[in-house]
Amino acid sequence: MNEQQQTLWQFMSGQSDKLLSQTLQHVGLTFISLILAIAIGLPLGILIARKRKLSGTVLGIAGVLQTIPSIALLGFMIPVLGIGAKPAIVALLIYALLPIIRNTYTGIIGIDQHVKEAARAMGMSKGQILLRVELPLAMPVILAGIRTATVINVGVATLASFIAAGGLGEFIFGGISLNNTNMILAGAIPAALLAIILDALLSLVQKMDFKKLRKALYVFPIVILILGGFYALPTAYGSTLTAGFTPEFMGRQDGDLGLKSTYGLKIHTIVISDAVMYKAAFAKELDVISGYSTDGRLKAFDLKILKDDKNIFPPYYAAPIVRDEALKQFPELEKALNLLSGKITDSIMTDLNYRTDYLHQQPERVAKDFLISNGLYKAPKNGHKGTVRIGSKIFGEQYILTEMYSMLIKGNTDYNVATKTGLGGTKICFDALMNDQIDFYPEYTGTGLLVLLQPDPKIAKEIAHDRNKTYDYVSTEFEKKFKIKWLKPIGFNNSYALMMRQKQSKELNVNSITDLKNYLNKN
Amino acid sequence: MIELKGISKKFGDTQAVKQVSFKVAEKETLVLLGTSGCGKTTTLKMINRLIEPDGGQIFINNENITNQDPDVLRKGIGYVMQNIGLFPHYTIAENIALVPKLLKWDKEKIKSRTQELIQKLHLPERTLAMYPHELSGGQQQRVGLARALVTDPSVLLMDEPFGALDNVTRTSIQKEFKALEELKRKTIVMVTHDVQEAFELADRICLMDKGEVVQIGTPKELLYRPINDFARNFLAGKRLALEFKVINIQDIWTYLPEETIHKGESKSANLSIWEAMELLRNNDRPELFVSGADQAIKSINFGQLTKGFNQYQNAQLHE
Ligand SMILES: Nc1ncnc2c1ncn2[C@@H]1O[C@H](COP(=O)(O)OP(=O)(O)O)[C@@H](O)[C@H]1O
Ligand SMILES: [Mg+2]
Repeated sequence: MNEQQQTLWQFMSGQSDKLLSQTLQHVGLTFISLILAIAIGLPLGILIARKRKLSGTVLGIAGVLQTIPSIALLGFMIPVLGIGAKPAIVALLIYALLPIIRNTYTGIIGIDQHVKEAARAMGMSKGQILLRVELPLAMPVILAGIRTATVINVGVATLASFIAAGGLGEFIFGGISLNNTNMILAGAIPAALLAIILDALLSLVQKMDFKKLRKALYVFPIVILILGGFYALPTAYGSTLTAGFTPEFMGRQDGDLGLKSTYGLKIHTIVISDAVMYKAAFAKELDVISGYSTDGRLKAFDLKILKDDKNIFPPYYAAPIVRDEALKQFPELEKALNLLSGKITDSIMTDLNYRTDYLHQQPERVAKDFLISNGLYKAPKNGHKGTVRIGSKIFGEQYILTEMYSMLIKGNTDYNVATKTGLGGTKICFDALMNDQIDFYPEYTGTGLLVLLQPDPKIAKEIAHDRNKTYDYVSTEFEKKFKIKWLKPIGFNNSYALMMRQKQSKELNVNSITDLKNYLNKN
Repeated sequence: MIELKGISKKFGDTQAVKQVSFKVAEKETLVLLGTSGCGKTTTLKMINRLIEPDGGQIFINNENITNQDPDVLRKGIGYVMQNIGLFPHYTIAENIALVPKLLKWDKEKIKSRTQELIQKLHLPERTLAMYPHELSGGQQQRVGLARALVTDPSVLLMDEPFGALDNVTRTSIQKEFKALEELKRKTIVMVTHDVQEAFELADRICLMDKGEVVQIGTPKELLYRPINDFARNFLAGKRLALEFKVINIQDIWTYLPEETIHKGESKSANLSIWEAMELLRNNDRPELFVSGADQAIKSINFGQLTKGFNQYQNAQLHE
């Protein structure tokens, strides 16, 4: 525990530059979008308090907008607003809108009718009544709405890192993919503190009596503006091409760090989520992205893999990893799982992924079609000799593999199957396996080596180029350390890859990473 | 001067006000009297255009109010509300200063006028910095009145101004109110459902029922010349008390004992019977000296007062 805190502290002080800039970006994003949400929400709230007939519609729309999952919302915006600050701010603004509109509306309609009537009877104009009576009296309720919106925004702003808008999400999601607890905490703790502090400050403002509130109301907009100003919109591209890398890729020796050290690649880089990266490349927002070699979107968005001519990306051969306990408990399991070994090549996997990710076919159907055409499918035996629990990370390829294994187990053994799909990233999946929540899941040799084992960099460098050495190393070490067995590889290598649009690659005559580096040096 | 000509107002199916016409002379106080829901408030609010009538016309100082900008019109009319309606987010000083600020008075003028009003209305100086919820009901009502009077408008509309107060407070504020010099120069329309209050404060009363005017007249006319059973019954419950208030010593002068000679202090014969009784009750001596219209002085005790009153009553009935 003590050691953990030490290293967290070390991590944070070592990365203090990044931490500060991410925190400022985070605060900036939160408040810029808050300013815009107030600028839009307040007048809308006033409008529907005047024309009550509109209130149902407006609140309804704002409510529906808020239920759109954040990642999906960010995804929708890329074709229109591109990546970076703009779509992030708009998305945050959309989430902040409902509490502000709703509270402005309820605040105003909740004012004592007699007070409003008195204002009219004194001869105040509509504008004077709004500014001097309605808004001040509704202010505590409106502030409550702003407070809610602020806290929501601090939370959602972590997702801004998915579309290259920065913020503390870079650490959080980078840390999750890299299985780096310190990195996760370095992002999560400041984000949580930010939410708590802002919430407390706003609750103080909200509880002020009219006398203090009036003074506070002069200070409030100024503070918001200053905080919003923390976020200077990213401008000035450093190179002619722009790369978009996932947070995970950014932090890895076999990722961005290797590109820099081994290839000497210097490219303007932004951090972006895997979920929107391919689309952004297709939409020409990005020129180079860090993808996976079997990703279906490679085919869907017509992208080309740049050859890794200096072998910095280690092999990521997929294989089921199973707890030794489970192999003992289910003696027929290993044989059933090995039925798939060597059956799926890179191009087959890319095609299968394309069918789920892009044609939106059910993983179950894709899996069954494949098994049937390879003569592996057997009708379920509906056995009762216990239930095997399969896990998977959240992405299509893992879903397909899970379905295949499920069908193979049901057709070839007397076991039943329970699937626990969607266990987030590597860390969550592996923890589930270690804690006896699942019996096996498909893992990749490279991930096993670099994320789960994290050996001495010297050892890693030595074996990471060679597929057999890597497989042997993880097999032995997993058995020793975790009592987990790597079964035979399935065949395909889902490694990291740099990719470009086919067309651009042809135009620039860039086919390998070295070509890319040379092109960048020239331009 | 205020004049309503055939004013009507419907809310959906409810005929709230129907063909109401009356005139209020300069510096006169007209009280709209009637049971709850008979259309008094609606009538009053049409005078400052808080409600627009469906039909009829309203003139203030011979000008049709529909031709005026409502906000300008309202700034020139004092309005005291049934629910007081002070602004909870403003201090008392700011509540009073609201209309002067809208009219862009300079600070000094606002300040001196505020000082003048709180003295007249017996509000402690320290209340100026307080917020409405920190004041008692009676104090709030005084502030409401100060707010309506601050620009010294010639027309004042009051909707049950003492309705929210307890009996004791109400009686004392009514008295102060009646004595306020400032109010004597104003043309006032006041709404109440309280017969005694109406008799206490009105020059003339407009009795209403179901949105219509039943009878308009002085309190005395309403008492002694009720136009129909409704008007008669409306006053029946409090009749004796009302009569004591309406009739004064001068009215029963001929039924009182012979004149005497008295060098000391004497009261005016404009004293109502009610007031004379109160004085007698609190006097150390059993008699009271009153001076009539011709400077003649009479001495009266309680028995002589009631006897004179009864004889006057009899004469009225047989007239
Ligand atoms: N805004 C309104 N909408 C509908 N009905 C109303 C409204 N204001 C008053 N009324 C109705 O009009 C009638 C007269 O109301 P009001 O003038 O307030 O009576 P009063 O002041 O004499 O008690 C009542 O029946 C009341 O319910
Ligand atoms: Mg009323």
